[in-house]
Amino acid sequence: MTHFEEPILKVRELSKKFGDGCDSCNSLIEGSLDRNYCPVCGTIHACQKISFDLYRGEILGIVGESGSGKSTLVRCLYFDQEATAGNAYIKDYSDGQENIFSVTSQKKRYIRDHIFGMVYQNPYLSLKMRFTSLSNVAEKLIAAGNRNVGKMLDRGHQLFDHVNLEGFRRKDAPATFSGGMQQRVQIAKALSNNPPILLLDEVTTGLDLSVQANVLDLIKELQRELEISMIVVSHDLSVIRMLADRTIVMLNGKVIEHGLTDQILEDPQHPYTQQLVHSLL
Amino acid sequence: MSIILKIEDLSKSFTLHNLDRHIKACNNISLAVKQGEFVGITGKSGSGKSTILKSIYRTYLPEQGSIWYNSLKFGLINLSEASERQIIYLRKYEIGYVSQFLKVMPRTTAREIVEDAVLEMGHDSEVAMQETVKILSHFELDQELWDSYPATFSGGEKLRLNVAHAMIKRPRLLLLDEPTASLDSYNKQKVKVLIEQLKNEGTTMLGIFHDIEFMGGLCDREFNMHQGVIDN
Repeated sequence: MTHFEEPILKVRELSKKFGDGCDSCNSLIEGSLDRNYCPVCGTIHACQKISFDLYRGEILGIVGESGSGKSTLVRCLYFDQEATAGNAYIKDYSDGQENIFSVTSQKKRYIRDHIFGMVYQNPYLSLKMRFTSLSNVAEKLIAAGNRNVGKMLDRGHQLFDHVNLEGFRRKDAPATFSGGMQQRVQIAKALSNNPPILLLDEVTTGLDLSVQANVLDLIKELQRELEISMIVVSHDLSVIRMLADRTIVMLNGKVIEHGLTDQILEDPQHPYTQQLVHSLL
Repeated sequence: MSIILKIEDLSKSFTLHNLDRHIKACNNISLAVKQGEFVGITGKSGSGKSTILKSIYRTYLPEQGSIWYNSLKFGLINLSEASERQIIYLRKYEIGYVSQFLKVMPRTTAREIVEDAVLEMGHDSEVAMQETVKILSHFELDQELWDSYPATFSGGEKLRLNVAHAMIKRPRLLLLDEPTASLDSYNKQKVKVLIEQLKNEGTTMLGIFHDIEFMGGLCDREFNMHQGVIDN
C-alpha cells in the first residue's frame, strides 16, 4: 500500500566527486558529517549516495548551508555536471526504464530540452544577455525542433504573459533588465517546451525582498496552473516553508533528514536541522 | 459504530540537541474515536494536548506507539508510519486541522484561501465561489475583507477565516486545536453552530478546548490530560 502513486522522477544513490579519490576516501568520508573532502587526496565528495522521489505536481525542497551539495545535485540531474555514480529514472522518458545518466549525449540533450527546465541563481548561466528576451525563448524552442517563426513568437508572448513581463520590454536584451525581470525571462525560457519538471536553484537569492516575493508568487502560481513538479533548492528556510510540500535537508554532501515541510520546521530531528530551524529569523 | 481512529501507546518527546535537553511531551496515550463522534481533550497548557493532535497530523513525528486511522483510500493505516505522500493525500482529502494560528501563503486574499481549499478537493471554480461566499457570510467576515490579505486582519478575523478554511473541506476527521481560543462569545457561538452542523453531517472530531463549558452538550466524551498522560 505504500506505493499508491508512481514517482515522476526517481533518483537512486546519486554521487558526485571532484577529484580521483583514494583508498582512504571511503573510510574518512563515509559516516562522517563533519566534512565532504578527503584530507589525504583532497577529493571533494559533493554528493554522496543521494536518493529521493519526486511526484507529479509536487514541490520538493532541498535545504542546506552553502557547500552542502544542493546545487551539484540539481546540476547533475540537468547534466551540467556528470554524476560519478548512481541512477535516475524519469516516468516521462522511456517510461522510467532507462537510467538517464547512462544514455547517449543526444538523448541527454533531448531530456534537457523536453523534460527538465532549469532556473539558476545567476541568469547569466542560462540567458544570452545580448539577445532579445524573445530570441532567448526561441533558442530553447528551436532546440526542441520548432522552426515556424510565427508560432515561436506566439509561444514567446504567451510565456511572457505567464511570467508578467511587460510587452514593450520583450524585444529588449536581458542585459538591460533588473534582477527580478531576468529571473522572469529565465523562468519563461525554462518553461518553453512544457517540461514536466522544473529545477530551481536558489532563484530568489540576491533579489531584494519585494522582488523575491514576486518571483515566489509566480512560481507558486505556475505550479498550481501547470501542475508541474519542481525541485526547489534554497538555503532560505522561509522560501522552502512557503513553497515545498516535502523537504530534504543536506549537510556536507549527505541527506541527513527528510520529511513533510511542516514537520521538518516544527519537529526537526537532526541536530543540524534543529540548528538551522532555530536560526530562522 | 466503527472506530475511525485508534491511538495505541503513543509517546512523544523532544530532544533539543543544541541545548542538550530532553522534553517529554506525552506518555503512553491510548484512546479510540468512533465514527461521527466528537471527543474533547482538556487539560492545562503544557499537558501535551496539542502534541497528540500534531502527532496525528504528523506535524510531529511520533516516537513510539501507533496511530491507526481507518482511511477511505488506504484502509486501516498507521499514521505514524505512513509515507510522506500518503500523509499529504490524507491531509488533502480526509483529515483537517484547525489551529489557533492562521498559516497561509502570504499575499493571498481571504477569498482565495478559502476557494483554494475547495478547488483542492477537485470541485470546479463555480462551486468554490459559491461555497466560499456561503461560509464567509456565515462567519460574518466583513465583505470588505474578503479581497484583502489576512496579514492585516485582527486576531478574531484571522481565526474565523482559519476555521472557515478548514471546515469548508468537510474532512472526515477534523482535529481542532483550540479553535475558539481568541474569539469573543458571539463568534465562539458561530464556530459552535458550524461544529454542530459538521457533527450532524457525520464528521468525526477530536478537539482541544480550553473552555469546557463552551462544548457543553456537543461533546460525546472528554479526556483530561495532566503532565503528558490521560488522567481519569
